Amino acid sequence: MSSTLERLSPWLFTLGIFVLWELVCRIFKVDTFVLPAPSQIFQAVGQYWLPLAKNAFVTLWTTLAGFALAVAFGIVLGIIVGWSRTIYRGLYPVMIGFNSIPKVAVVPILIIWFGIGIVPAVLTAFLISFFPIVVNVATGLASMEPELEDVLRALGAKKLDIMLKVGIPRTQPYLFGSLKVAITLAFVGAVMSETIGANSGLGHLMVQAGSNFQMPLVFACLLGLAVEGIVMYAVFAYVEAYFTGWAFRSSMSAAA
Amino acid sequence: MASMTGSVDINHVTLTYRSAGGGVLALRDTSLNVPRGEFAAVVGPSGCGKSSLMKIVTGLVPPDSGDIVIFGDRVRGPVKIAGMAFQNPNLLPWRKVIDNVLLPLEIVEPHRRKFRRERQHYRDEAEALLKTVGLDGFSQRFPWELSGGMQQRVSLCRALIHQPALLMLDEPFAALDAFTREELWCVLRDLWQKLGFTVILVTHDLREAAFLADNIHVMSTRPGHIVMTKTVDLPRPRDLDICFEPHFTSIVHELRAKIAEVRKP
Repeated sequence: MSSTLERLSPWLFTLGIFVLWELVCRIFKVDTFVLPAPSQIFQAVGQYWLPLAKNAFVTLWTTLAGFALAVAFGIVLGIIVGWSRTIYRGLYPVMIGFNSIPKVAVVPILIIWFGIGIVPAVLTAFLISFFPIVVNVATGLASMEPELEDVLRALGAKKLDIMLKVGIPRTQPYLFGSLKVAITLAFVGAVMSETIGANSGLGHLMVQAGSNFQMPLVFACLLGLAVEGIVMYAVFAYVEAYFTGWAFRSSMSAAA
Repeated sequence: MASMTGSVDINHVTLTYRSAGGGVLALRDTSLNVPRGEFAAVVGPSGCGKSSLMKIVTGLVPPDSGDIVIFGDRVRGPVKIAGMAFQNPNLLPWRKVIDNVLLPLEIVEPHRRKFRRERQHYRDEAEALLKTVGLDGFSQRFPWELSGGMQQRVSLCRALIHQPALLMLDEPFAALDAFTREELWCVLRDLWQKLGFTVILVTHDLREAAFLADNIHVMSTRPGHIVMTKTVDLPRPRDLDICFEPHFTSIVHELRAKIAEVRKP
């Protein structure tokens, strides 16, 4: 009984928020231009489903393209940074500096370099999301137990052996944990770039709808973004749990 | 391969750890001799450089002066004939028990070259070794499914799978409860009697040293050096009951008095 309720509760809460929203809009007679009611938003979704789907698809694949770049680059750079203390100390401040730059400030530069289109969105998604991957991979490598390293070195293991047999496998939970953070950031980056300068994508559609004063469509775009974001997060949370189940259980036994 | 005779010789070794606040003298003019096949224990107060001794014997850290000769070969870098086990079992949680035991064979020559081809042969060997430590039927489990004592047994198997001539143990049973610890003393005793390797066991536990070792070396406080070597003249094979005999107790007392003496500032 209570477990069924627990399983349903995310849906009930979501539904509850929409109902509350609808009621507020009706009771206080809120102007559609200020805040459209959910009923109007869903109506817009029905009316404009084709452009919504098309642009949602563009946003999806720009996000995934930027994310894929970030994963590849992040793993390689993370391994390099985690490989030796010298590189770690040398490169870390540079990366912190780079990560401190708000990526909004970079989008106009990317647009100047690559023109309005998909490329700046992919690159923004990439730039904003690779950092957590690098940090996590490097941390996973750097926090290897020194005794385990001794065991292997006393067997004549080279640095490469230690990395392949221990370092990289034990970095997996750190890597997969960072993926669900990175995918969310990549999504933010792609949409941000689309709102600044693009000719497709949900961000672009939203700006267009806004300038035509079609508030229900603007909110329909937001709804689409929320759904897409949740789905992508859920996929990578599942991937994490699937590949690194051992990490959750072993951390409990390590304390014993 | 080294000759079948010889011993582990540590000759006048001095070791300083360099750190930001200057050097720390860990070992000063330490000498130690362990004949092949002997079970040696090193005891001493905490922070006396026992673990440093482990690192220089296995060649992980080069000494400032002095030299180490293992069965006729001078140690110049990490030695490949040593197995090591520590207080923490350090098993790889993503590998099954059997694959944890097999790990050294994927690294150490000549097994490394043959590993893929003779995988089944090596698996059989690992299963047999697990059986001798009482882990029959646990090879397909993951380490986190095992108790601390069982994990330490796996760690011992991993240290021994490549049939090292020398086994280095750094307080391997310190984190276990008293009953499990005594159980593992017997596991180690049986393994040693069966396989005949040389052991250097670093420990805090004087009863453990007296029960297992042929010779017990007492280290001083930092900078460490050997202040006494006590031969344990108890007959073998030893049974746990021996721990309650007066002669055993007198050996432990003597060691304890010596350590109390060196701990005084």
